[in-house]
Amino acid sequence: MIKGGFKGKLLRVNLTTKEVKSEALNEEWAQKYLGGRGYGTRLLLEEIDPKIDPLSEENKVIFATGPLDGTLAPSSGRTMVITKGPLNGAIACSNAGGHFGPALKHTGYDMIVVEGKSAEPVYIWINKGKVEIRSAKEIWGKLADESDELIREQTHPLAETMTIGPAGEKLSRISSVMFNGHRASGRTGVGAAVGSKNLKGIAVRGNEDTPVADPEAFMKAIYKARDILSKDAFAGQGAAMLGTAMLVNVINGVGAFPTNNAQDAYFPEANKISGETLREKNLIRNEGCAECPIACGRVTVVKSGPYKGTIGGGPEYESVWSFGAMCGVSDLDAVISANHLCDKYGIDTISMGSTVACAMELYEKGYMPKEDAPFELRFGSAEAMLKAVELACKQEGDFGKLLAQGSYRLAEHYGHPELSMSAKKQEFPAYDPRGIKGMGLEYATSNRGACHVRGYGTAVEVLGDADQYAYEGKAALIKTLQDLTSALDSSGICLFTTFGLSANELAEMVSTATGFSIDAQEFMKIGERIWNIEKLFNLKAGFTRKDDTLPPRILNEPIKTGPSKGHVEDLGKMLDEYYQLRGWDKDSVPTDEKLKELEVQILK
Amino acid sequence: MKVLMLDQAKCTGCRACEYACSFEHTGKFNPLDSRIKVNEFWEDLTFVPSVCLQCERAYCEEVCPTSALTKNPETGVVELNKEKCIGCKQCIVACPWGSIKLDHTGKEVIKCDNCGGDPACIKVCYPGALSYEEVEDITNVKVQETATRLKEIAKDLVKGGA
Ligand code: SF4
Ligand code: SF4
Repeated sequence: MIKGGFKGKLLRVNLTTKEVKSEALNEEWAQKYLGGRGYGTRLLLEEIDPKIDPLSEENKVIFATGPLDGTLAPSSGRTMVITKGPLNGAIACSNAGGHFGPALKHTGYDMIVVEGKSAEPVYIWINKGKVEIRSAKEIWGKLADESDELIREQTHPLAETMTIGPAGEKLSRISSVMFNGHRASGRTGVGAAVGSKNLKGIAVRGNEDTPVADPEAFMKAIYKARDILSKDAFAGQGAAMLGTAMLVNVINGVGAFPTNNAQDAYFPEANKISGETLREKNLIRNEGCAECPIACGRVTVVKSGPYKGTIGGGPEYESVWSFGAMCGVSDLDAVISANHLCDKYGIDTISMGSTVACAMELYEKGYMPKEDAPFELRFGSAEAMLKAVELACKQEGDFGKLLAQGSYRLAEHYGHPELSMSAKKQEFPAYDPRGIKGMGLEYATSNRGACHVRGYGTAVEVLGDADQYAYEGKAALIKTLQDLTSALDSSGICLFTTFGLSANELAEMVSTATGFSIDAQEFMKIGERIWNIEKLFNLKAGFTRKDDTLPPRILNEPIKTGPSKGHVEDLGKMLDEYYQLRGWDKDSVPTDEKLKELEVQILK
Repeated sequence: MKVLMLDQAKCTGCRACEYACSFEHTGKFNPLDSRIKVNEFWEDLTFVPSVCLQCERAYCEEVCPTSALTKNPETGVVELNKEKCIGCKQCIVACPWGSIKLDHTGKEVIKCDNCGGDPACIKVCYPGALSYEEVEDITNVKVQETATRLKEIAKDLVKGGA
């Protein structure tokens, strides 16, 4: 019997048949995979063929909470979107903060499984356990934040929403899902998966509580966790002060800040787009997701000049980089505008900026006919960057449509796929693996494609005491972090809590909430199990060892300037060791013994 | 006398206060049972916490037909006696702030009681949007803040004259 953390029910909504069903949560799965990412992946493995087209009616989109959503656990507002990813066809899981997850829990459901495809645009309204599928004809075409407002007008002013913007509607493979109009599940193109179902949004409002198994012990565990976080230099002070953009000067300072489509890894003008400058020039206030003591969220505005305009969330460190250094742009106002625009249209800022950078290189090198671009696409031009983002958001013309499909498809179109700074077709974020060695292994082996939040080795390699240029020990470090974050992502809280909290504190919160006996070791095992079933999904979808790689530039072209000058990434030094540590064979297939140990052999 | 003070400018909209309040009063996590409410204006990304102001002249007390609500002269808290409450909801109508309300069942009247002098909400409000302080201390701080701003203006004025 589930004692707490979970509500014990999932909601199935079939948009083809308009059938709505409430179902008991599979308790064995909850024990073995927790909620969120783990449970969602297990469910997809059971219910869809990994080979299907991600934009087909057969794909399912799961919105899942973890056992800590809807409690006072720190930073417990995450909602996971799990599906077969439109960007690359791998297992996708993209999560956002905000308040949707806890609110979903209060309606009495741990997750929503969306199936089929509606003939007309619709949104789903879950009001205290009552579920309606409503027409979204009048909302279709509207921006993500406008849609949030409209849906709340039509449902309840205090409802929490998930919406997609026009990018998701038009099936952009780098489109995002937005929560509360401004918190993004950005990566893997989940917006297109939602759009392909003709689903514009979901609104939730509940009145049930979230039970926890042992309230007294749980409160002790969470106050301990909150205390640790508030005293942590990054989580407690740095992030509140400067947001994630505090990393701009840090990462540039160690020579790992990809610049001009990673032709270099040092941006001389970084200070103009730093967290410090952002605070001074554009910050209005901090924002925190549900129950979050860190409040890294920024509320910003462009106060003057040509880009003077709307208030919005962000930009995060990654977006500052992608629209900034990656495109050679040092105009922070333009960067903020690009970020706000992407949030409104529902497009991933990391992939978008990197795609524009890729287009700039194709243009400058003469690899694309000049007439294909409606303007001069030169590195360093804020105007060109912003115009290109606008074209992609609106999918204007052939070029806009191409940009909206991400850098890999763009570069492939012009016959130079090697210029896409991606792994498994997903653009990597703001850490150059040539300067932070473990990061390359992380990008290459990430099940959903290049990604920084499937481990976040940087925390140890740059902010911690590991050597950023060393290869030794990195395979073990990355494996451990991948397992840790898999379990964390399935428990419903934010990755940033790991700046202060270890598996001990996380396990303590999860076990007192659920009543499952989970210590640190078991928590890590749950994580490893999740990582392995994601891998099994990908193998079934057709991915092999050769997909665990990085762009040739990262492997062969030395960094030109800055503190990491001369470095390349030698992935080969880490990959075999990594597979070995994982208990996988040389082709990256989990061995039978490993699967047996993790009790998932039936899934092979 | 100590009062709960709200500083909207510092609120990050995390709603930890709502969960802490709900747990303190019911042992459960349910924002509808929270006595403090954080209002969000997503279009402007603004967050405004609101809670019972324990009015000197409390309308809720005045309209209550059974005297279930009474102002405690020592603590300043408008106290709700559950035994006497008949659930007529007149207090809810009378309160200008919407600070007295019904719980998640829609039946029971609930209101802020400052947790008996040790408010749970302020313990989780890291940005310091909520505080529980002596009234004089707060007014003093405010006077000083305003004076500091005026001083800057005065300095500029002098410079302008020079
Ligand atoms: S705990 Fe503080 S910052 Fe968070 S919502 Fe409440 S008043 Fe605002
Ligand atoms: S409930 Fe309303 S009227 Fe009564 S004391 Fe509080 S704020 Fe004043």
